[in-house]
Amino acid sequence: MPARPPRPSALAATRRGVLAAGAAPLLAQCAGAAVVETGTLTLGLGLEPPTLDPTLGAAAATDEVVYANVFEGLTRMRETGAIEPALARAWETSRDGRTYTFRLHPGVRFHDGAPCEAADVVFSLDRARAEGSTNAQTALFAPIDAVEALDPLTVRVRLSRPAGDFLSVLAWGDAAIVSRRSAATNATDPIGTGPFRFDHWARGAMIALKRNETYWGPPAQLDAARFVFVPDAAAAYAALLAGDVDGFPDFPAPELLQLVQRDGRFRIAIGASQGETILAMNNARAPFTDLRVRRALSHAIDRTAVIRAATFGYGQPIGAHMAPTDPAYVDLTGAYPYDPARARALLAEAGFPNGFAARLTLPPTGYARRGGEVIAAQLAAIGVAVRIDNMEWAQWLDQTFANADYDLTVVSHTEPNDIGIYARDDYYFRYRSDAFNAAMRTAEAATAPQDRIAALQEAQRILSRDAVNVFLFQFPKLGVWRKDVRGVWRDAPIPANDLTAAARAPA
Amino acid sequence: MIGFLLGRAAALGATLALASVLIFICLDIAPGDPAAYMMGLNADPAAIAALRAELGLDAPPLQRYIDWIAGLARGDFGVSYTYRVPVADLLWERAQVSAPLAAMAFLLSAAAAFAAALFVVARRGTIAARVTLAGAQAAIAAPNFWLALLLALTFSAGLGWFSAGGFPGWSAGAGPALHALILPAVALAAPQAAILMRVLRASLMEALNEDYVRTARAKGASPWRALTRHALPNALLPALSIMGLQASFLIAGAVVIETVFYLPGLGRLAMQAIAQRDLIVVRGVVMALVFASVVIAFIVDFLYALADPRLRRPRAS
Repeated sequence: MPARPPRPSALAATRRGVLAAGAAPLLAQCAGAAVVETGTLTLGLGLEPPTLDPTLGAAAATDEVVYANVFEGLTRMRETGAIEPALARAWETSRDGRTYTFRLHPGVRFHDGAPCEAADVVFSLDRARAEGSTNAQTALFAPIDAVEALDPLTVRVRLSRPAGDFLSVLAWGDAAIVSRRSAATNATDPIGTGPFRFDHWARGAMIALKRNETYWGPPAQLDAARFVFVPDAAAAYAALLAGDVDGFPDFPAPELLQLVQRDGRFRIAIGASQGETILAMNNARAPFTDLRVRRALSHAIDRTAVIRAATFGYGQPIGAHMAPTDPAYVDLTGAYPYDPARARALLAEAGFPNGFAARLTLPPTGYARRGGEVIAAQLAAIGVAVRIDNMEWAQWLDQTFANADYDLTVVSHTEPNDIGIYARDDYYFRYRSDAFNAAMRTAEAATAPQDRIAALQEAQRILSRDAVNVFLFQFPKLGVWRKDVRGVWRDAPIPANDLTAAARAPA
Repeated sequence: MIGFLLGRAAALGATLALASVLIFICLDIAPGDPAAYMMGLNADPAAIAALRAELGLDAPPLQRYIDWIAGLARGDFGVSYTYRVPVADLLWERAQVSAPLAAMAFLLSAAAAFAAALFVVARRGTIAARVTLAGAQAAIAAPNFWLALLLALTFSAGLGWFSAGGFPGWSAGAGPALHALILPAVALAAPQAAILMRVLRASLMEALNEDYVRTARAKGASPWRALTRHALPNALLPALSIMGLQASFLIAGAVVIETVFYLPGLGRLAMQAIAQRDLIVVRGVVMALVFASVVIAFIVDFLYALADPRLRRPRAS
């Protein structure tokens, strides 16, 4: 921050001022400003989605606009992470957990008027799992063996093996049900079944949605929603104070939250995201092949100090790769308490009484850069001389992630329920454990929830015991909203801004 | 004059050809795969490979270069990897923000600089002139993103006269669109105006010591007339070359201001495309900017020739 912003009391924008200057161009076209004031919600996002097709690519920004608003799947995720019916009103599971029969809602139509029926579900799921599919989550659809339409409102999915998380996979944006007629153009002109339809996209500036008046379910309360892209943290603060946006689902300037709080017009809602932030270690590269070295590093990091630097104190410490909001979460944060003396002793035991040199690659995000500095200092205290290598995303993805050419790195893994990445031998941690893989297989094959949870808890304990990475903290979701905004998510079990229940209601 | 134009056109072509090779090689060497970027941390390698094939990234570099140049020759800039829309459309949309912004900033900068330079020279030695000079010094020293934030916090968040950023589009009417560009244009113009003012002032002061100005004064011309009619035309050349450089900078270098005011301009398009390795967009933007810079350089040369008749006869001296 180059400048100390003026105190909020000096910045109180009048409502008239906001209307006259802030939203003038769009408001001017509407009949009455007061109507728009209550019927339109303007959200600020840091990143613009590359496309609006959630089944293409992995950009979280896409789901942040279209999930549940424009596109729907057979099931959907609630703010609590609970899986609920969406396009499928009910389903039955066979006793062996390998056959799911979904009953679809009757009378559902895509935004172009075409009916949404069993054939569309078959098309969507087959497209997502097809050979050569550009769906980013093809691995999740691998258990699907066959999808067939029994009648226009019934779909049967057969799995090659039981998959305990199948219903939650179907709730991801990547499993959205799309129409055969519009699938090819969803990237730029999305046609879904949701309560909002795509209105227009001023690239680089904003995306507008409007209410779908022929929605099959309870209609949205908002007339329209606008997503404005504000790439700069200080600009986000100015946009908020000026009234250009009604809120940020994830405010990019945690250091300014206290100032926002003092301004009486806003409400702050701090929730949890699915982002496990870790100090990843290359388990295949010496000296991180040695369990004692990995444990030493785990003891060397003071998570509280890292959180204070990375996210200005917001974010909950974690001890394994699982969100504290998950039903299967076990608290393992006590496994490696901050203890530099113990860390030094472990290093000496591993044959590094004088420490060693290591390279820490950091992607361009603020939390990684700020947290990385503190981590480097804490590792220096136990004799590990860390050289920081700052990278942009594409370079980090290429060198650190794809080719595992790294020692240490800091990153937040934002995909929900992604503990399974530790079972991939070629993943960039280069972690290999038969015990862990067995636990994950048990979890996947489990059809009873309690069996699945038990296996996932065992998996977390194995990760902690093996000190695969230094597990730092769960990434916070820092929501900032005008006080009259209702019904928006505090937590984010998946990257999404579900506006189906959002409304403007003056307090 | 025809020879001059032909020479310039040839230089334009050569610059563009060289730039196309350079930008292609640089981007091809840079680490990072657009497909991997788009598919994220959970992606299956097979899916990344499928996307690479779909985007045409698996062809050999020379083939891709030839395809790109052949497309450019037809006026086809290709299709953005990430946005999946024609690059030419993106460039056109963004130029509708960047070009008016640059033009506004340029006019503001020139008007402020000329007025201030004439003022400080005519009133040299007074407190008002010294304050103006100090203000110019501050405008040069202040980073433009800081100035931009200060403007946004004061006039948008505080007074509510402007939005803190964003662009409503020209479809919303010229009034709102121009209104949205005022603060960014001021932030962009201030340091440029200060630099131009100092250059202009220095050359005016120099011209005032010349014999022809003294002669003009001796003939009875008022100090103001001697300044504007006699010193100013002769002091124009250095200012012109600075203005030429500034014009290119204002188009290509507005990225910081575009970020602070979240304007969808060319600079931000380029930055975003670089981060996402949307190489075909980066190449398109760079080519467009190189073209604009060369054209501006050409216009400056042309104006030079108008301002100084001696330059029209290259071999005369």
